[in-house]
Amino acid sequence: MPVSVAGCVVRIKPLSSPTDDTGLVAVVRYRCQIVINLKDITKTYRMGEMDITVLSGVSLSVQRGELIAIMGPSGSGKSTLMNIIGCLDRPTSGSYRFEDREISALTDDELASIRNVKIGFVFQTFNLLPRFSALKNVEVPLIYSGVPARIRTERAVPLLERVGLADRMYHKPTELSGGQQQRVAIARSLVNNPPLLLADEPTGNLDSRSGAEILNILTGLNQQGVTIIIVTHDQNVATQCKRTINLKDGRIISDQVIA
Amino acid sequence: MNFLETFRVAFEAILSNKVRSGLTMLGVIIGVMAVILLVSIGEGARIYITKELTGLGTNLLIITPGKTTTSGGFHPPSAGTVRKLTYDDSLALRRRAWMLTDAVPIVLGTGKVKYLNKGRDTTIIGTTAEFERVRNLFVETGSFVTQPDVDSKAKIAVLGRKVKDELFGQENALGKVVMLSDARYRVVGVMRKKGMSLGWDVDDVVFIPVTSGQELFDTDSIFEIIASTPRAEDTDRAIAQIKDILMRRHAHKEDFTIMTQGAMLSTMNTILGVLTAVLGGIAGISLLVGGIGIMNIMLVSVRERTREIGIRKALGARNRDIMAQFMIEAMTLSGAGGVIGILLGVGIAFAIPLFVTVLPTSVSLWSIVMAFTFSAAVGVFFGVYPARKAALQDPIQALRYE
Repeated sequence: MPVSVAGCVVRIKPLSSPTDDTGLVAVVRYRCQIVINLKDITKTYRMGEMDITVLSGVSLSVQRGELIAIMGPSGSGKSTLMNIIGCLDRPTSGSYRFEDREISALTDDELASIRNVKIGFVFQTFNLLPRFSALKNVEVPLIYSGVPARIRTERAVPLLERVGLADRMYHKPTELSGGQQQRVAIARSLVNNPPLLLADEPTGNLDSRSGAEILNILTGLNQQGVTIIIVTHDQNVATQCKRTINLKDGRIISDQVIA
Repeated sequence: MNFLETFRVAFEAILSNKVRSGLTMLGVIIGVMAVILLVSIGEGARIYITKELTGLGTNLLIITPGKTTTSGGFHPPSAGTVRKLTYDDSLALRRRAWMLTDAVPIVLGTGKVKYLNKGRDTTIIGTTAEFERVRNLFVETGSFVTQPDVDSKAKIAVLGRKVKDELFGQENALGKVVMLSDARYRVVGVMRKKGMSLGWDVDDVVFIPVTSGQELFDTDSIFEIIASTPRAEDTDRAIAQIKDILMRRHAHKEDFTIMTQGAMLSTMNTILGVLTAVLGGIAGISLLVGGIGIMNIMLVSVRERTREIGIRKALGARNRDIMAQFMIEAMTLSGAGGVIGILLGVGIAFAIPLFVTVLPTSVSLWSIVMAFTFSAAVGVFFGVYPARKAALQDPIQALRYE
């Protein structure tokens, strides 16, 4: 039954635990709970004369507050899936709804705005801007949301304190260890309070101790309600997550929820 | 992202690579400086010549023998068919051309002037009393050539200041006898110091009566007639009158040319205007080359910062944010180069006359405005391509770039 709420059409599906007695409230709850809804996502690249299919028919839905590990061998399509979820790339076909907005129809600028406000990125290679201090790096997303300089600093400082870098704020990335750099990156990903955090091999470039620290921070954030998707090779990382999705050859081969 | 923020990002990028930014700017600096310098030299020359030409006297008409306004064909000066101008022609003009205030005959030649054992090669001008008034050249001591001198072919000479100083030093020259090509001339006057005018030293000259000059140079013709009108508006009617009178005396043939001061001025202005434009254009090319330098560096910069672009895009930068960042970087380079170039160009333009006195300069506002506008435009023009290239990068590929 399609229902229009605030101008956007959503489809009501029976919810797993519909405690509300009116349909409308159920719709609102539905909108709030499902962050990501992928349906039959395919992605093909054209390489010369050949079409290479990276994703073939991936369907996936992510609820608010989940902590998910996406695993799979290289070439299984993890990164491509991550890029599509992160609005850095568009699917060739299929539907991607992010907080009930159809993504595939949006313009580049609208995607940029979603990346800016709704999604935090943590990369394997940290991807900090080398010429800027830790503090400035954390402020970068706020620059693109048009936040004035003073307020940017006010918001960036507590986040750096939260990841334990209160005394490293004015250091450049080259003056920080890998673990510290990744913590700066996490602070940066959180600065716009996004509902979703995407981490692509966040511990891949770190020693086991720093990796464990980063993982601690991420699970802690999840407990505070941030939805997190981690792409990883590391089984130890996956065991920390409540849900593990396995990809192979562009398809989901298993989707397990650990109790 | 607001403008100030974009500007700061661009500025930090420029400062982070000072040597490269400096060298890039140097291209623009030299270009802008060259435009301003060359244009100011051209303008200076134009103003100088205009001043000198008007300084000759006011509303002058110069009548020379031979028809030179008809185009085509080269007439050697010795062509026998050209009827010459004579002293009588000038007398006729003086008597009958009531539009003219003066009509002064000129005989011109060079010769050696000697006093005792000292000699000097100089310009000798045969003329009449009115010359003083027409050419704004005045006697300091003694008297100038007078009409009775002319009538009696008197052997008297009026010395230019330099000639007097060379021959007599501090000694009084009045009443002394000098030799002009074996003829004895008595000095009756010394001219006031005037200096250079259009590359000719007005002080290095000896004036004698026009009739004596004809005898000295063994000719019955004269070199030219300098006439003047009271008002500039009378020029056209005065020309008609001169033509009428002279053609009657010359078998109804217009075998003379009348040049006006205004015509000389406008010819000079045209020539120098073209010269200035050509100089400015050549300098403009160097500015263009500077612009290409900016594009080159910006392309390198975009490539080097591919990953930064990817990161910024992943963090929410829109295409136009990236575009603006690189555009402003290019424009800051060219704009700063432009400002430095203007300062240097104007500074040097003002300094040149202090060291090279013969080279007048005039810094014109339009050359500054033009140079700056052009340099900014160069920044925009050569910034667009690299900036677009940056803005349209695929974020995923940019993030993977090593």
